[in-house]
Amino acid sequence: MHNKSLRELALGLGNNDFSSVELTQYFLDRIEASKDINAFVTVDADTSLQQAAEADKILAAGKGQALTGIPLAHKDIFCTDGLRTSCGSRMLDNFIAPYDATVIQKFRQAGSVTLGKTNMDEFAMGSSNETSYYGRVLNPWDKNRVPGGSSGGSAAAVAAQLAPAATGTDTGGSIRQPASFCGLTGLKPSYGRVSRYGMIAFASSLDQAGPMTHSAEDAAIMLQTMSGFDERDSTSMDVSVPDFSADLGNDIQGMKIGMPVEFFNQDLDTGISSIVMDALGEYEKLGAELVEISLPNSHLSVPCYYVLAPAEASSNLSRFDGARYGYRTAEYDDLLDMYKNTRAEGFGEEVKRRIMIGTYALSAGYYDAYYLKAQKIRRLISDDFTRAFEQCDIIAGPTAPGTAFRFGEKSDDPVAMYLNDIYTISVNLAGLPGMSVPAGLDSQGLPVGLQLIGQYFDESKLLNAAYQYQQVTDWHMRCPEDV
Amino acid sequence: MSISNDDVEKIAHLARLAIKPDQLETYTRTLSEILDLVEQMNEVDTDGITAMAHPRDTALRLRADSVSETNQREKYMQLAPASKNGLFLVPKVLD
Repeated sequence: MHNKSLRELALGLGNNDFSSVELTQYFLDRIEASKDINAFVTVDADTSLQQAAEADKILAAGKGQALTGIPLAHKDIFCTDGLRTSCGSRMLDNFIAPYDATVIQKFRQAGSVTLGKTNMDEFAMGSSNETSYYGRVLNPWDKNRVPGGSSGGSAAAVAAQLAPAATGTDTGGSIRQPASFCGLTGLKPSYGRVSRYGMIAFASSLDQAGPMTHSAEDAAIMLQTMSGFDERDSTSMDVSVPDFSADLGNDIQGMKIGMPVEFFNQDLDTGISSIVMDALGEYEKLGAELVEISLPNSHLSVPCYYVLAPAEASSNLSRFDGARYGYRTAEYDDLLDMYKNTRAEGFGEEVKRRIMIGTYALSAGYYDAYYLKAQKIRRLISDDFTRAFEQCDIIAGPTAPGTAFRFGEKSDDPVAMYLNDIYTISVNLAGLPGMSVPAGLDSQGLPVGLQLIGQYFDESKLLNAAYQYQQVTDWHMRCPEDV
Repeated sequence: MSISNDDVEKIAHLARLAIKPDQLETYTRTLSEILDLVEQMNEVDTDGITAMAHPRDTALRLRADSVSETNQREKYMQLAPASKNGLFLVPKVLD
């Protein structure tokens, strides 16, 4: 059952081949047997099975929808009522969320079952899942390597087939890079497409939730459920949601695919480059036309991001003060002491580094030189995309500059770690939808992702392009040897 | 080094983070490396460019000033590290 698509699982449930309780128990057993991967932070089997039993009643009444009774894993950044929501941090190790995030609520209304909460880099800050308070997550393709981050637990869970599909969040590449490292299809929707309500904030002008699945077909089903206007999120966009699954079969004959020259320069690893070029060759065979485009300011995306994201984070994370919820230090004499020790002990090193960078960038005398400057650069990066889309329908390139690296390889060098997101960050800055699609294996047998970038709210075209590619290739069907 | 140990101590205070003396050098070094990376922004002239705060340049929506949430005070208070009579307890601020 673990290698079935969401559509096949729904068919199986509808035909009574298996019940949701059986399916849920099956995946719970797989999670239990794969504890070494450390993909999950919290599993509450009783609640999962209870939800599955409810779903079975709905299915028996013939009222099942696409995800009714299907167990899913959710990144531990989404508040889940009654269940610990830690965000990978000691700060929230004891935090039982008092309400559901809109994303969770929508999946529950759709009748899906919550299998558990997945491990992640602390407060979604990291590209390797090494900053989690709950320890590192192993990449199922090679257990000596990172799964990517920050949605590393979700990526590992789906790659090891401990869950049919999962949710992730992406602020600078946190869905796409782990999807690339673990051989998955991962989609970061347009900013404003999916509600951020109840999703613990990292950088609010960049954060978006999205699906992590094996195929584009599964991603379309997941995104359909997650999307939509939410009055509880002030940046949610009130726009219609297309039928993503219906658009998958569209012909891509004549589709113009832009190749940014800046993404294919001498810095790109030759192994990655040849796999991406092969994928683009497949697109040509499908009738798409490749056009050269330029994103001249893309090299500024990492510097720009490492001002804006930490600045927003320093503001968002100021709420963790030890007064109302979460961790509180045992050692304090006065209020200032309580704040400082709580935050020093509750946050990990990478989170503290980013809070300090953000605090510095926003402090008196430095605001114009850093924060305002970065917001202007953000405009230049966004305008580059607007111009590029005058020449093409979608943009394609590598997702990450390399494949999964070994534990510890970059953890002592923050800047080297940040450069992992060199191709993904500009998409968040511009607020566009972006996707990573499995496109091959490198010489060591590790997955490589092809990144597809779309115009605002044009997730349909991305999913369609990914689906058509997946009809003529089988990279998305590959899985690690012992799975 | 873009910033000094003194700067780091000042920033840590603003951010309400206690840092141990033996961690100071490491913070100064790594924060300086990140700021060096960020300096690349200065290669570009951005005079006359409008700052971009939101991907869609839209204003935040306003809503009617009416009660939309249910009172869950007790549920929320259960999460508090210390509370009494429905109030959050913190160290004394005023004498």
